[in-house]
Amino acid sequence: MNATVVLEHVTKAHGQMVAVNDVSLSMKSGEFFSILGPSGSGKTTILRMIAGLDVPDSGTIMIQQRVVNADPPHVRPVNMVFQHYALFPHMNVFDNIAFGLRMRPEAGRNIRQAVERMVALVRLDGKSQRFPGQLSGGEQQRVALARALVNRPVVVLLDEPLAALDQQLRQEMQGELKRLQQEVNATFICVTHQQDEALTLSDRIAVMHAGTLLQVGTPQEVYDQPASSTVARFIGLSNSLSGTMTRLENNVCWIEHEAFPTLMARYPSGAAAHGPVTVMVRPERLHISLDVPDKGYDNTLPAVVHHIMFHGNEMAYQFRLRNEAVWTARVPIGETRRAQLAIGQAVYLQWAVHEGLALVP
Amino acid sequence: MRHYSSHVFPLPVSFSFWAAGLFLCLFFLLPLGVVLGVSLASRGLYGGVQWIGTFENYRRLADPMIGVIFVRSILFASLTTLVCAVVGFPLAYMVARASQRWQLVWLTLVMIPFWTNFLVRTYAWVLILRADGLVNSLLLQLGIESEPLPLLFTDLAVGVGLVYGYLPFMVLPLIVAIERIPPQLEEAAYDLYASVGAMFRHVVLPLSKPGFWAGGVLVFIPSLGAFITPYLLGGGQKMMIGTLIQQEFLVSRDWPFGSALSFGLMGTALVLWFVVSRTSLGKDVQ
Ligand SMILES: Nc1ncnc2c1ncn2[C@@H]1O[C@H](COP(=O)(O)OP(=O)(O)OP(=O)(O)O)[C@@H](O)[C@H]1O
Ligand SMILES: [Mg+2]
Repeated sequence: MNATVVLEHVTKAHGQMVAVNDVSLSMKSGEFFSILGPSGSGKTTILRMIAGLDVPDSGTIMIQQRVVNADPPHVRPVNMVFQHYALFPHMNVFDNIAFGLRMRPEAGRNIRQAVERMVALVRLDGKSQRFPGQLSGGEQQRVALARALVNRPVVVLLDEPLAALDQQLRQEMQGELKRLQQEVNATFICVTHQQDEALTLSDRIAVMHAGTLLQVGTPQEVYDQPASSTVARFIGLSNSLSGTMTRLENNVCWIEHEAFPTLMARYPSGAAAHGPVTVMVRPERLHISLDVPDKGYDNTLPAVVHHIMFHGNEMAYQFRLRNEAVWTARVPIGETRRAQLAIGQAVYLQWAVHEGLALVP
Repeated sequence: MRHYSSHVFPLPVSFSFWAAGLFLCLFFLLPLGVVLGVSLASRGLYGGVQWIGTFENYRRLADPMIGVIFVRSILFASLTTLVCAVVGFPLAYMVARASQRWQLVWLTLVMIPFWTNFLVRTYAWVLILRADGLVNSLLLQLGIESEPLPLLFTDLAVGVGLVYGYLPFMVLPLIVAIERIPPQLEEAAYDLYASVGAMFRHVVLPLSKPGFWAGGVLVFIPSLGAFITPYLLGGGQKMMIGTLIQQEFLVSRDWPFGSALSFGLMGTALVLWFVVSRTSLGKDVQ
């Protein structure tokens, strides 16, 4: 394995607040690595420590097999795309992109050529004389990217690069990011709190929570086998119910709950642990049946419609279970016609065994 | 920036327009008109103003002696502005980037001198600089010099006094300008391989320009017409515009010529402003 960036037991506190707590990670050369986590989980702090803008309290950071803890940012072969781009407002697009090259004499004399190639790569042709204030959000974002990429850094750090863009532009730029990463063949370390973004773009994902690393894996691994209920919740398994595991067979477990019939769910962690578990189900996997439970589902929970939201292409229903837990189901608009639900109506929520996941809480 | 057209908010705009206009007339244009009137009159036999119209006062400005005084004053004012900028920038940067609590402390320290009278503060410099003053006693006691240095009544003393007096007028606008620069821009520059020096040269200094402009004007104009400092610390040995005007008004009692000198001073400042703002230096002010 060829690791470009390695973090070993890195800890960083801001005063009393431990922003990053004993995190060890290793990013492979040329991979698109995402750090996913809720607000305040320490994602930005990790990026800043790799860039050299923050110094870890303990632990080591290595870039290309060299410990860089003591290196100031301007000697590290990494470039950062800041959350709000941090473009230089008094320089036009060309000068912004050329900045890094001009700061390094060894970058050579072909600055103009390199910058123009970059301008074309991020599709800003004809706009290199504009100032940041004269660009749209998406264009500014691409200048920020170009300003980092033109230096051919070993590692590109991206702090929520798409957060400031609207939905449509974000999807467009997702593709663009992936294309650029493959084109320049650098390691991209990208911070985001959008799970779909991380799942779509990344070769591997690290999930953070409150300064600690919860899981590292491919999108498939994180999606199918979340290591804990926190991870599961963060990648969209938002419905949960706690019960007691009573039986385990072929990675399928039986869960008892005093208020509900027995539930069955996948139990990926393997280790037999009779005791408390949490069953989790994705909102888009729930089947709603009206008067009587439909046949062919392994799990059935009675529930009452609590709230209905229209989301354009789908409906989101909130249900209240007998134990007062609130579950959500998402149904594509085309399938809702046969299920005209009203608030207060009693229904059954159903799902197959492989669509639920049981995790030790 | 938002512009409220008078169609949307007719009352506030016209009200503030007239209020500002009235204020300007009362406190600026009216006195200025009086001075203009006096500058076109003649001096009475025993001082005072005789209302006989003449351009004689302005003709007297062409005197080479007066020219020397103007050039000297401009030189002093320029140097004062330059030194204030050089000294004031690090100070302003430190204050602007300090934590909120320290910022308050620093700002208070910058403002404290204003709580005492300018004349008194300038006198303090006399005590510091004179032959048996603070600096000389220190130099003698430490054995660095055997004779007291002539510090008071020198150009240096005047320069020190001017810089001391007007430094806050440079520092305060600079603080405002630097505070407006997001610290993230500095981090971006470091991240893009800029050394500390390069970061300042390419990011903070250019973005502080509005502060340098405001501070520059606020320092240059008053130090061009300063009279307390050159009088007390320069001993009035080398005449400056400010001391000359003061002398014409209070000693020679030639109010018309003093008024003409004042207009000459104002004209000089306006011409300099016009010239500087036409050069490349001034391009980014607009
Ligand atoms: N300069 C600072 N001073 C004090 N506390 C800080 C500082 N920077 C970050 N923190 C704290 O450290 C924790 C982690 O912050 P960090 O910026 O790394 O979070 P994040 O995961 O990037 O969050 P977000 O998604 O909101 O950007 C937060 O609780 C934050 O309040
Ligand atoms: Mg962040």
